[in-house]
Amino acid sequence: MSWTFVFVLAAGAFACKAVGFFLLAGRQLPAVVERCLALIPAAVIAALVAKDTFAAGQHLEIDPRVAGVGVSVVAVWRRAPFVVVVVLAAGVTAGARQLGWS
Amino acid sequence: MSADRHIWRSRTLRPVVTASVTLGAAVGVFAISFGVGSVSAGASVAQTCVMSLLVFTGASQLSAVSVLGAGGSPVSALGGALVLAARNGVYALSMGRRIDGRLPVRLVAAQLTIDESTAMSMGQDDPTAQRAAFWITGLSVYLFWNAGTLIGALLGSAIDPVTFGLDAAFPAAYVAMVWPQLRTARGRTAAFLGSATCLVLVPILPVGVPILCAALAVLVGVPPDHRVPTAAPRRTRERSGEHSDGEPS
Repeated sequence: MSWTFVFVLAAGAFACKAVGFFLLAGRQLPAVVERCLALIPAAVIAALVAKDTFAAGQHLEIDPRVAGVGVSVVAVWRRAPFVVVVVLAAGVTAGARQLGWS
Repeated sequence: MSADRHIWRSRTLRPVVTASVTLGAAVGVFAISFGVGSVSAGASVAQTCVMSLLVFTGASQLSAVSVLGAGGSPVSALGGALVLAARNGVYALSMGRRIDGRLPVRLVAAQLTIDESTAMSMGQDDPTAQRAAFWITGLSVYLFWNAGTLIGALLGSAIDPVTFGLDAAFPAAYVAMVWPQLRTARGRTAAFLGSATCLVLVPILPVGVPILCAALAVLVGVPPDHRVPTAAPRRTRERSGEHSDGEPS
């Protein structure tokens, strides 16, 4: 791996952040854009949940992660603290693997 | 500013601090395996650490290293990594409007704009708590990510995150983060469409692209609505002393 690669990647990654952060800073956007921006976390984070639960590279699979994330949904619904949610998910997933589910 | 200072002592912030540190620790464990993977893919310890310091986007770094390690070209490694990094640009669109301050502060804030800091910020109700959650989470993840990278790069032998179920810890954390966004009908629709889009596209498109496509689900917000449907309340200008927060004293 070359240093050039490292710095080009760093510059590109920061550019992505900076364009969003500074391009629209302080500007009043149309109401429709406002409504859409407010939905970004819902759409993207829900997609991350789906991807990290079911995707393995370019394949979809049902493995012990499903059990862990399923338990976390119940825990969040029952208003469990964040730590409990995360530890439960990891524990249930690890436990399911110990029991031979892979 | 006094409003901001007040929130640091506020009891309402305690769950945010706890959540940030938990999340940071989980990120740190993954950072260790990134450090190990990066070094074994041919990067030096210094390159690995500089990458985490400057790039600071786990998914991009992991994909770059894995493509290079599998013998892929630097161009394809960069392409995949930057497509993933574009997600942060989408987050920065909304975070840039919430975080104020001088230019150097905002430059740091831009660097800290990632999944975790954005989601934790969006989970808060009032603008001051949103800013606090952004900074606490961003800095916590930054510290843990870089410390973990260094340890992993020096260690050279992996602890296996899968054995400990840590691969499920991330989506579980995201479940907790997305939950407040589901209070509105539009939030629920966007979340459903976003995750469905992502899953349908995973087998078809290169790794990282489905998440970007899922962002199109925000178009749910296009039709006007009588009741204001924003899940995350807009920041309002507040002067010192006028801040009213809900903490009983």
